[in-house]
Amino acid sequence: MSWVNAIIQGILIGGLYALFACGLSLMFGVMKVINLAHGDLAVVAAYTALGVITITHVPAVWSFILVVPIFAVLGYVVQRTLIQAALDRSVLTTLLVTFGLSVVIENALLQFASADSHSLDIGPLVSDSIQIGSQISIAWLLLVIFVVAVVVLLGLQYFLSSSRQGRLIRAVADDQEAAQLSGADYRHVFGIAGAIAFGTVALAGLAFGMYSSFDPTIGTDQLLLFAFEAVVIGGLGSLWGTLVGGILLGVVQQIGAQIGPSNQILAGQLVFLLILVIRPQGLTARRSTA
Amino acid sequence: MTGGPVTGGGALLEVRDLTVHHGQLRALHQVSLAVAPGEVYAMIGANGAGKSTLLRSIAGLHMPTSGSILLEGQDLVRLRPEKRVAAGIVMVPEGRRLFPSLTVEENLQVGASYARPGPWRIEGVYDLFPWMRDRRGQLAGQLSGGEQQSVAIGRALVANPRVLLLDELSLGLAPAVVRRIYQTLPELLASGLTVLLVEQDVSQALRIASHIHCLLEGQTTLQGPPGDLTAEEIEGAYFGLAGVNGPGGGREAPA
Amino acid sequence: MTAPGRAAAGQAAAGMLTGPDGGGPGAARVTRSRRTTLWAALGALVVVVILGYLPYLVLSGTTDFLVNVFVLMTMASMWNLLAGYAGLVSVGQQAFVGLGGYLVLILSNHAVEPFLALPVAVAGCAVVGLPVWWLVSRLRTGYFAIATWVIASIFELIVVRFPSLGGGTGANLSGFENLDPTLLTAYTYWAALAVVVLVVLFVYLILRSRLGLVLTAMRDDEVGARSSGARVPRTQGFVFVVAAAGCGAAGAIIIISQLSIEPTAAFSVQYSAEMIFATIIGGIGTIEGPILGTIIFFALQKSLAQYGTWYFIVLGLVAMAVALWAPRGIWGLISERFGIRLFPVGYHLWPAGEQRPRGRAALRRRSSGTAPAGPAEASRGPGDGPGPPPG
Repeated sequence: MSWVNAIIQGILIGGLYALFACGLSLMFGVMKVINLAHGDLAVVAAYTALGVITITHVPAVWSFILVVPIFAVLGYVVQRTLIQAALDRSVLTTLLVTFGLSVVIENALLQFASADSHSLDIGPLVSDSIQIGSQISIAWLLLVIFVVAVVVLLGLQYFLSSSRQGRLIRAVADDQEAAQLSGADYRHVFGIAGAIAFGTVALAGLAFGMYSSFDPTIGTDQLLLFAFEAVVIGGLGSLWGTLVGGILLGVVQQIGAQIGPSNQILAGQLVFLLILVIRPQGLTARRSTA
Repeated sequence: MTGGPVTGGGALLEVRDLTVHHGQLRALHQVSLAVAPGEVYAMIGANGAGKSTLLRSIAGLHMPTSGSILLEGQDLVRLRPEKRVAAGIVMVPEGRRLFPSLTVEENLQVGASYARPGPWRIEGVYDLFPWMRDRRGQLAGQLSGGEQQSVAIGRALVANPRVLLLDELSLGLAPAVVRRIYQTLPELLASGLTVLLVEQDVSQALRIASHIHCLLEGQTTLQGPPGDLTAEEIEGAYFGLAGVNGPGGGREAPA
Repeated sequence: MTAPGRAAAGQAAAGMLTGPDGGGPGAARVTRSRRTTLWAALGALVVVVILGYLPYLVLSGTTDFLVNVFVLMTMASMWNLLAGYAGLVSVGQQAFVGLGGYLVLILSNHAVEPFLALPVAVAGCAVVGLPVWWLVSRLRTGYFAIATWVIASIFELIVVRFPSLGGGTGANLSGFENLDPTLLTAYTYWAALAVVVLVVLFVYLILRSRLGLVLTAMRDDEVGARSSGARVPRTQGFVFVVAAAGCGAAGAIIIISQLSIEPTAAFSVQYSAEMIFATIIGGIGTIEGPILGTIIFFALQKSLAQYGTWYFIVLGLVAMAVALWAPRGIWGLISERFGIRLFPVGYHLWPAGEQRPRGRAALRRRSSGTAPAGPAEASRGPGDGPGPPPG
């Protein structure tokens, strides 16, 4: 694989990472919650789709339509019940509860689904690729995933900046109490943010499941860390930052893989550390938020 | 007219024997007041006297230990703060508390999100503060203190409250700016609002209020229309000087 | 019982106190401990001595099991110090657990006897803790947590690249070939016992000291502690390094008891899960909590062992429930109910003429209007959220 190819791969995968990250970023921006189970939720979505496909034999791509809305609703419910209860106690409690949730989810998956890897079979689509010149080969699926991710992020950005509900979300994120004084029920707004977070991470999980393979522990082994790294590298505060962070992470990982196949993840971690040291607020953020 | 609170018919907002604690600390003790429609009711008192706590309790941000808050006879104690906005009580909080990452217009739009039917619209706020129309796209965090105060008032107005709670308008603002802001008060009242405000600046309060209520360490030391009160009485009530007024619970009948 | 040195300080402080009926100055006393704590200290000593004799009394299966108990107790005590007192919620302590093990491996590969390597490994972990702290110290709670997780992952990824350490498959610990297996088991057991006793003692002494006052202030209200002048970041850094060393000690014991090490297991987030759950269930923010939590943890493990991964699911659910509804943990419930503290780190106030002490802070968590009936410590735990709003 040439370097140009690696970089393009990295950019495309970065879109997926950004999709993973935007829910994490939103939940933190709006309610100051770091959901340590974020990555595991993506894995649950993938397993759910697997289950649905196995039982109903629908084509894998249809699983989006079923699983994503279910997860969005689940996100609203979990946020209003579990996470709100933890928030009412303290930030420490939210970390503990989401950590506990992560452990419970992973072990439940191990219990019910075994430790084997699975993949969402979408047939021949997964190996189709586009050839540009002699050096560049882009997997069709990856391109589609990238486009979907960018469209979703654009939609989310539009929603936040131009809609009434999006405005309320930003207001609650700025000042919860002042938003209450304007008539907004912040718990409901939190619920909406939770729904968006769960929905986007489910979408990302399904995409990941189609492109790569998943197992019960990958949620915390990789996905959570990637999402977090994308947010830190790009900077908290805007979805564009998340996209930039995701793309940079993807590119760095692919370049690392070019140097040596075992360097892929480590390269990403090291860049993350570098950003932590020299510019902790991330590349796009204006003020220090980390 | 006696200095005691008006009870029963006529009061739009009524507070009865309100006691509020912050943890172990008692912030308000058996405070009662009644605000008639169209009044400008001013709470005065030193720092820590409990004025803001009173306003925040009326807005729903603090649960009282005992006592009741009544809007047109209905007890509000069950209502969460956001529901009180729908009932018609809107507060302009201490320190403005605009949404800094939102523009001026977006701040007003949020204020209008749960608005009751009524005369106030965003356009009306721009008429009230003409400078705001040109700056509507600016981020609220970039405005000066006085400008932010105007936007905060506008944000509360567009919800069309019946009772507008103003918490320490003058805090951190130059006197000239404060005066200009208070000059908009008559226009607010003309649209049917009733105002309950907390003010550090006693002379400012005396100038605009139709009724004064003084708190000291969480208890009422004086209340009445400004015309009925002498400077010595106010001073005594404000600082808690013994012998000038009766111990708590309102002013005694003149000898 | 009044310790001699403290009596003078106590009297000096008491000079400013008057009894409830305005009795003369000097009538009240301030002590560090009460009669129950004296009994508890004696009890603890007896327990430790008994534990010390165990290898002569029981089979190696029991001592091996106890080694695991001691290891978890060590890690839980460290996590409790980090999160419960210093406010540092780390989900990455496994970085130092694994590092401790690998340091012992490196040293034993260079012909150092593993038991001698143990203290060196502990020191090594403390040293590595310094730059790691520098990296993560600027991050706020949630980000701090994940960053520690990332650091652990990085440690693993680095270790895997060294064939001399076994690479991805791991390595065996050499250095015990000439040692009789029974003796090895006993030595391992005693080393583990020594580690846990030293760690708990160290934690107790820290919390009893001036530093402990700062830590308890931080536990209750970090903002308040800062504004009172406490050197919060420096204290946090100290605790972080101590926790790194403590977890390193645990990791060293692990490799010695297992005689081999493998990167994925050594740096597994499972360790964090175990120490967090044990601390939360037992009671965060107290010394007794992690100890009790470890006992409960293994009791649960024993009873659910045949159900495989179910036991971790149950553990996780219990931990979540405790965090939500009993944030002071089981020990918190016991301690509040019966008013006991086994490790005296507070101060007890004996007003004039009273036999029963009043606690350091007479505040109770819920304002009840009645005076507290027994010793009440500064009463808000770390899981209680922000304190009352400013005036």
